[in-house]
Amino acid sequence: MSDDHGHGDKPFLAHHFEDEDHQFDSGKLGIWAFLVTEILFFSGLFCAYAIYRAMHPEVFTFASQALDTKWGAINTGVLIFSSLTAAWAVRNAQLGQKKGLVANLTITILCAFAFMGIKYVEYSHKFHLGLAPGDAYAPLEGAYGHGEKAEKVAFAVPQEEGESHDGDSHGGDSHGGQESGEHGSDGEHGDGEHADDGHSGDDHAADGHGDEHHAGDGHGDGHHALVPWNDPSVPEETKRKLKTFFGIYFCMTGLHGIHVLIGILVLGWLLTRAIRGHFTPTYYGPIDYAALYWHLVDLIWIYLFPLLYLIN
Amino acid sequence: MTATDTAIADPVTQAGAHDDAHGGHDDHGDHHVLPLWLLLGTWGALMVLTVLTVSASQLHLGAFDLPVAMGIATVKATLVMMIFMHLGFDKSFHSLLIFSSFLFVFLFISFVLIDRGQYQGTIDEKEREVIVLGQ
Repeated sequence: MSDDHGHGDKPFLAHHFEDEDHQFDSGKLGIWAFLVTEILFFSGLFCAYAIYRAMHPEVFTFASQALDTKWGAINTGVLIFSSLTAAWAVRNAQLGQKKGLVANLTITILCAFAFMGIKYVEYSHKFHLGLAPGDAYAPLEGAYGHGEKAEKVAFAVPQEEGESHDGDSHGGDSHGGQESGEHGSDGEHGDGEHADDGHSGDDHAADGHGDEHHAGDGHGDGHHALVPWNDPSVPEETKRKLKTFFGIYFCMTGLHGIHVLIGILVLGWLLTRAIRGHFTPTYYGPIDYAALYWHLVDLIWIYLFPLLYLIN
Repeated sequence: MTATDTAIADPVTQAGAHDDAHGGHDDHGDHHVLPLWLLLGTWGALMVLTVLTVSASQLHLGAFDLPVAMGIATVKATLVMMIFMHLGFDKSFHSLLIFSSFLFVFLFISFVLIDRGQYQGTIDEKEREVIVLGQ
């Protein structure tokens, strides 16, 4: 500090603070305010997840089998352990234990690298199978595995007897010519017209329209073929839903991964400072703040793990 | 400030000094040093809960799957916040900050979900294919 206002014996006490407690409290308030914004930041993705899962629970049940629970659980353990060492590092700093502080920071950083390494294995496996985000989504044969879940979740495709299904076209759908036609290839546009023109009022609520409108449903399962996800007769729209699951998966874990990377940088910087002996029992704020950030990263993963990996 | 000044003189006894002064220090416990057994115990509890949530997911609880998983996650999150993040020993204002953010996240997600529910009819109409669970 060039202008230390007489804080010469306290090299890290900024001149605009009364004393070290003042500085510590200000920093602590700052980091908590930052964590609040982080939680609100992530809540947008959790909201997308909630809406999408509420709309298409089956898609989540089916697609989550492509995630390896084993790796997810190991990563949870890695992060929880790194949270322990981060909290321990704060304790070391408070007690002036330099060796312990350096050791615990190092372990925390190593855990962060381990987490990213496992994430890399998971991501590359998914890319290998074509389960990539966005337009890159092009799953290979067997990408979703042949596990127990895969057998339990089947996609029912409405079918009319004697009608052949030739894959990609929607023309073969059994909900009556009108609806199929309306839906066509550009679904959103067609739907709007359909709702307005085809039927007056809310035809969903009115069961009277059932015969005409939901013919396939009305006659029971006999008119549905249960097919695996990659059967050609599964409409494109359903396949798009699976794709969106991976969009959500990559966004949520990706944003979390970016936070882990930032954590590595911050903790690495603090490690060099700890080695230089900057931290004392009266000046350990940066360790405390970084640990709080690290715990928040752990906290988010605690929710992401069951939400993404543990769906049955 | 007196406690801090003592601590400068002798860092190692700082924890002790604070424990002595703890009575008048409750809402200002910034420098509360957590005992090692508490840190290790919290870690153990978090690991047990992780194993629990994985095993619970394999029990096929049906409709209870999600509430159970979220309940366990919330217990874990509470442990992390209260102990690892020192909220249980910290100024209550920090707890107020973080829990008010949870309140707003709750409002955000639940209102959007309610809104989405209102449009279920329209959504159903848009569904051309039926996806069923099980046989």
